[in-house]
Amino acid sequence: MNESVKTSQHMGRGQISIDNVVKIYDPEGAAVMAVDHCSLEIAAGEICMIVGPSGCGKTTLLNAIAGFHSINSGSITLDGKLLCGPGKPQATPGSDRIVVFQNGALFPWKNVLDNMMFGPVMAGKMGIKEIKEKAFSMMADAGLSGTENNFPGELSSGVRRRVEIVRALMNDPSVLLLDEPYRALDSLTKSVMHEALLDIYYKNKVTIFFITHDLQEALFLGNKVAIMTSRPCKPKKVLTVDIPYPRSYSVVTDQRFRDLMEETSDLVHEEAKKSFAAGEREG
Amino acid sequence: MIRSVQKFFFNRSSRRATIAIIVFLLFWETCSRSMGWFGFQVPWIGKIPAPSAVITAWIPLLTDSGYWTSWYLSSKRVFTGFLMAMILGIPFGLLLAINRTAYGIMFPTFEVLRPIPPLAWVPAAIIFWPTAEMSIAFVTFLGAFYTIVINVLGGAQSIDQRFFQAARSMGSSQWDIFKRIVLPATVPSIAVGASVGMGITWEVVVAAEMISGGGSDGGGKGGGLGFFIWDSYLGGSYQQIVVGMISIGIAGYLSSSLIRVLGDHFSKWTRR
Amino acid sequence: MTNSNDSNPTVKQQRLNFEIREGSLLAKILSPRLFLMLVGFIIFLGFWHLSVEVWRLPRFAQMPALRTVVTEILSPNPTYGISIFVGEYYQHILASCLRVFIAFALATILGVPLGLFLGWSTKFREYVFPVFEMLRPIPILAWVPLAIIMFTSLEAPVIFLAFLASFFVTALNTMLGVESIDESYFRAAKCLGAKDYQVFLNVVIPGATPFIFTGLQISIGVCWFSLVAAEMVSGQFGLGYIINTSYTNVRYPTIIIGMVTLGFIGYLTSAMVRAVGKRLMQWRMRELALSGN
Repeated sequence: MNESVKTSQHMGRGQISIDNVVKIYDPEGAAVMAVDHCSLEIAAGEICMIVGPSGCGKTTLLNAIAGFHSINSGSITLDGKLLCGPGKPQATPGSDRIVVFQNGALFPWKNVLDNMMFGPVMAGKMGIKEIKEKAFSMMADAGLSGTENNFPGELSSGVRRRVEIVRALMNDPSVLLLDEPYRALDSLTKSVMHEALLDIYYKNKVTIFFITHDLQEALFLGNKVAIMTSRPCKPKKVLTVDIPYPRSYSVVTDQRFRDLMEETSDLVHEEAKKSFAAGEREG
Repeated sequence: MIRSVQKFFFNRSSRRATIAIIVFLLFWETCSRSMGWFGFQVPWIGKIPAPSAVITAWIPLLTDSGYWTSWYLSSKRVFTGFLMAMILGIPFGLLLAINRTAYGIMFPTFEVLRPIPPLAWVPAAIIFWPTAEMSIAFVTFLGAFYTIVINVLGGAQSIDQRFFQAARSMGSSQWDIFKRIVLPATVPSIAVGASVGMGITWEVVVAAEMISGGGSDGGGKGGGLGFFIWDSYLGGSYQQIVVGMISIGIAGYLSSSLIRVLGDHFSKWTRR
Repeated sequence: MTNSNDSNPTVKQQRLNFEIREGSLLAKILSPRLFLMLVGFIIFLGFWHLSVEVWRLPRFAQMPALRTVVTEILSPNPTYGISIFVGEYYQHILASCLRVFIAFALATILGVPLGLFLGWSTKFREYVFPVFEMLRPIPILAWVPLAIIMFTSLEAPVIFLAFLASFFVTALNTMLGVESIDESYFRAAKCLGAKDYQVFLNVVIPGATPFIFTGLQISIGVCWFSLVAAEMVSGQFGLGYIINTSYTNVRYPTIIIGMVTLGFIGYLTSAMVRAVGKRLMQWRMRELALSGN
């Protein structure tokens, strides 16, 4: 009963249209084009993976959606409403699109519980008791019970990531924006985190916009994978991963998965070589 | 020239800074003149000489050789003390950082002596050193010495252990490690320590000049900008006090900037 | 039957006949660190004693001897009037401490908010910081005559000078603290729907706290520095005053007593500030502990 309520709540929310977006840094000076007429459609409740070499501009795209950067032309809409575009070059950050940062941005001076409760407490729409209950139940769902009094500095990076994702979900966002969140984790922890993320996804069905340079991660997690060119970025190829959910890690050895890897790894490798030749700095 | 002035005013932060400084000067002028203008005196600030009076007092000084001699004397003391602090402080700091035994023996004593303000050493220094000049130099040296040593230590201690391990595994000698790892990593800290130390040096020089020139030792000897201020006070020319204060402020700012520029230059040089 | 490759275990055992428990008091006393520290002190004090009393180096002719100072400070009837048994000693300590307390408290109450705003609001910083930076390079003692002119009472100039020094350091460090906060925290807060004042309370203030406390430690040192200088120039009572008058009245051992007391109390107050900082920043202490510091 709970599952269907959750899915119907999120059905139809979180549809993103990226239309012909251009972003140029320092237009009067060095004029570095980070995003070049990029267009992408993301359906509501979809997991969209953005794959590309370092420094190609994918983070810029994420920042534009989140509202941290302005765009020079084009537009981005969320569920039909304009986030940024003509007349409004920069979106306003808000709790409908929450970012999970690459190096983590859990407030180190608040313990896990306070971090989780932060969003709803700021919004002020729910009572403290209600918020606390919600926090405890979401923590239990994500397997984080018992960490409520710990400070982020005391936890391992894997646990911290999960806390950050749950902190975001506490606010009922339409979209989760993840910027290479598992980049710093070892591959063993990564695979566990992937399954944990999917677990959370099945229970919450938010739209996920996930940036990575790890092709296997992309194909395992996503149902839409956009392979980006090196800077300035735009989608080189967009494909749908037709492996059904729920997916377990054994899927990685399936024929279909390996076919997809074959199809795409050449493309990714090509862009990576271009990027390497251009001497891209990290970012 | 016109172009750079234009550029200055187009820059929003320069505009705001200029406005703020003008407002500040106007406020000061008004408070200082409050007695004559409004009939009542603004407390505290009202007693300070007005900016206009200060400037009027400053102009004749610009051609007075005594004024510039004061500049020279103070600067000389500052740089001598500072140089000594650098020459002794940097090697000492590096020694403490490299050698655990030396650190164990000398650092606690150093730390125990450090909280004693350099100025508290003035009487002891006067007793010890034969001339007043040397006692001022000693106290000045102390002020900067502590800062530089602490900063050098901090810089050297923050070097990631892995650099040492990597170097050793590649067969580097002790000297090589020192030259290529320790030195480049500590130069920025030395630069910071030097910059802060320079500020402290000015504080101490001015204080020492006022104390030994205007305090118990009787007037007439020492000279320097600190003495200039004290002398102006005793002589009742209050505007000159402010002239002296601003002069030292400028001198201090210039020397700190000089050190900072040198520091940046050396940091880049060691990074090669 | 022992393998010829092993070192003889029985011999080893005999040497460590009694085991020193790790962390026990005996272990601490015998630890190399404490030992070296004592060596350092002994060398320093020894040199002092030897140069004044034994070798009688000409430079040290007028320096008070270590023995004189120690007997003086511990004597119930001191030759020069100050020892730990004399009430006047504590009067001076109290006078200085009170002044530092007032000056430091004022400087913190005014300096921290100023620093927070300077770091937080670009507009505020662009207006106020230039004036602040113009006044900061003026050495504190250069303010002495002006302070005497401004304030009619005897205490106020001294406290004002200590306050000024402390204020600049605290405000500057607080500002740097705010500027050092990682951009991501601000972004995360905005994503989570925090309004401006909420960001200030939940990100700016806690985020700047480590820097603020480092600044406060420097600040209290500077406060003592300025206080002593001010006391030496003008004022009655206080440790700076003792040092100065002991010099003019040729009571040299008392100078040393004054200096030592200053050092000791300076260290104490600094440690107090550090301890308060640790208490308020439990999260950071745990974080540092886990990274092996």
